[in-house]
Amino acid sequence: MGDAEIIPIGTRGRPGRGTGTQQPSSAARGLAGSGRSGGSRPGGARSGGPGRQGTEKAPGGGGARPPAGDADPAPTAGDRPPVVTADREPRGGIPASDWLAALQHGAREVFGDEWELQLARFLAFLRRRVTGDYEVDEYGFDREVTERFLMASLRPIADKWFRVEVRGAENIPADGGALVVSNHSGTIPVDGLMTMVSIHDTTGRFLRPLGADLVFRLPVVGAVARKSGATLACNEDAERMLRGGELVGVWPEGFKGIGKPYSQRYKLQRFGRGGFVSAAVRAGVPIVPLSVVGAEEIYPLVGNVPSLARLLGLPYIPITPFFPLLGPLGLVPLPSKWLLEFGEPIRTDEFDEGAADDPMLVFNVTDQVRETVQQTLYTLLMQRQSVFR
Amino acid sequence: MGSAGRVVLVTGVSRDLGRRFARSLAAQPGVARVVGVDAMPPRGDIGDVSFVRADIRNPVIAKVIVKEDVDTVVHMSVIATPGTAGGRNAMKELNVIGSMQLLAACQKAPELRTLVVKSSTTMYGASNRDPAMFTEDMGPRRAPRAGYAKDVAEVEGYVRGFARRRPDVRVTILRPANVIGAHVVSPLTSYFRLPVLPTVLGYDPRLQFLHERDLLGALRHAVATDVAGIFNVAGDGVLTLSQAVRRLRRPTVPLPSFAIGGVGSALRSSRVTDLSPELLALLTYGRGVDTTRMREDLGFEPAYTTAEAFADFAAPLPVTGGRTERVLARAARALPDPEQVPSVLPVPGGAVRG
Repeated sequence: MGDAEIIPIGTRGRPGRGTGTQQPSSAARGLAGSGRSGGSRPGGARSGGPGRQGTEKAPGGGGARPPAGDADPAPTAGDRPPVVTADREPRGGIPASDWLAALQHGAREVFGDEWELQLARFLAFLRRRVTGDYEVDEYGFDREVTERFLMASLRPIADKWFRVEVRGAENIPADGGALVVSNHSGTIPVDGLMTMVSIHDTTGRFLRPLGADLVFRLPVVGAVARKSGATLACNEDAERMLRGGELVGVWPEGFKGIGKPYSQRYKLQRFGRGGFVSAAVRAGVPIVPLSVVGAEEIYPLVGNVPSLARLLGLPYIPITPFFPLLGPLGLVPLPSKWLLEFGEPIRTDEFDEGAADDPMLVFNVTDQVRETVQQTLYTLLMQRQSVFR
Repeated sequence: MGSAGRVVLVTGVSRDLGRRFARSLAAQPGVARVVGVDAMPPRGDIGDVSFVRADIRNPVIAKVIVKEDVDTVVHMSVIATPGTAGGRNAMKELNVIGSMQLLAACQKAPELRTLVVKSSTTMYGASNRDPAMFTEDMGPRRAPRAGYAKDVAEVEGYVRGFARRRPDVRVTILRPANVIGAHVVSPLTSYFRLPVLPTVLGYDPRLQFLHERDLLGALRHAVATDVAGIFNVAGDGVLTLSQAVRRLRRPTVPLPSFAIGGVGSALRSSRVTDLSPELLALLTYGRGVDTTRMREDLGFEPAYTTAEAFADFAAPLPVTGGRTERVLARAARALPDPEQVPSVLPVPGGAVRG
């Protein structure tokens, strides 16, 4: 458009656009290039003709491609063929082959060089999911979805956000049943999820958490919990899983631990009736104490709304320094540094037959586990430089 | 167990499963005669079974037992759907009063040696407090207050009472999981036959099925063997509801739990199906039963796993959904088969990436 005429705005001077004269507007005349031959051809008649709309359209349409207009009229200036859409480059622009190439390139970026194979594998996975052609175990544990989605989405949080450091992973038995007993904290059971990921990544085993009945009452939460391998924290299920050779995780403090105020952080709450111990003793599997440091600080619980909690049937309604105040932003956990230390396994297969029903022994073992976890917590807290580092 | 073969009385033969069980039992060796009893005549062919039209709610049943020299009674008349019986009240009367009368009649029959009762895993209920797998020793976490589950629990109570009073009679209670099959009409099968399945939003229950042939097999086995006790009967493994629906290729409508009750009553009043509270609880929380005792003590092995039984049930049903699957299948055809691929795949234009 280097040679486009400058048209003053308004109607001063020469008749400009839309002045209602029979002539084409000056812009149209300028674009037509070679003088006043417009009358003879249909395009010119259209643009010169009836109305303001037409005259306005013509420059607009023609103006988009002045070089074409200039180049075309070479043979006979007076008989230039009308410019039709087909003469221009296709407006859709990108031919199908380019699309394909782009898709291939994108697929290669995402799946690497063997993208076709990878994509086919992914599609096969999708089809398997869509047709229901996968297995769940009797507790509803869906190994595929746990590995592919749950673990994959939690791993960056564990690695990058909380920078989970695992110590004593060799204390987790490589196979056979074992009961991991952990302290519980953090307002929302994030510690359970992080423990699951850490154990899976360090040992390759799946931790099967025991959850409160509230978990299974809640929609979505309950379904996801079952799919990720959880089951109800009751003696029957714990024993069944342990006998089945699973690595079972239990948080005996329950809601008392997870919903305790920030001021009581790292103080272990009551360990219940020790039901987990009797389950482990009955199944004859070792108990692995686990101490988690860092989970207390993710959502510092400073308040509670007991009346609302009672109304909703929940154990507590948390108030953290950020939660109701900042809305959904308050749900972002603070990036504390996490330490997970697995203690030495406590053997239970040496007890006699009826030991599981001996309350004295059960309480003793419970206390032993509790003390181990508490002492390890203190040690870890001493070693920790700061909450976030 | 007389030398001439046994005389078996089967209740509830007007219903399809009862009729087919009576027929298949009549063909068994060691069974001399099968007497089918119901208030209504059976609809299909009963073969060698002699049918006696008698209402088990009526003391007449005692005369039938004595007159026919019955030594084995198979009680299959505990029904889950009112069906032809009328409303819920008629169903309850048939289940509870009928069982009481039948047991009273059994008690007065000196020749009686064996009583087999078909109960149901429905008696365990379904709630968020349930263990993953119920064994026979466990009861429901919340006592059922109404419906089929309560009937079943009461009937089992009477049967246990009978077993105490007649220790000479071998009493076997079978608790089959949800029976499924092409001919089965039950709340759950009619639910799965809906073209669009309402589900409870956010819940994915575990389900266990028993193929109808396995139910008949288990009952025949219970008659033939001499093991007493209570046994869960179910196919191996569990299916989640979402899995089952995907295998059916039917679309679902997830509804929040408070809304699904309304849909249930609408379906009930339009007589499509009956989403009873028990069924809704099952579709919310699911249920699993342990079948160790069935294998080890009873010695019965179902021919179909849960998944196979469901596949057999699903095969004749028309597919109403599955669009996503077809799209994915079409896309997958354009790509190499991941199962059989050469180790090095020639990538077109792979040099671009180096």
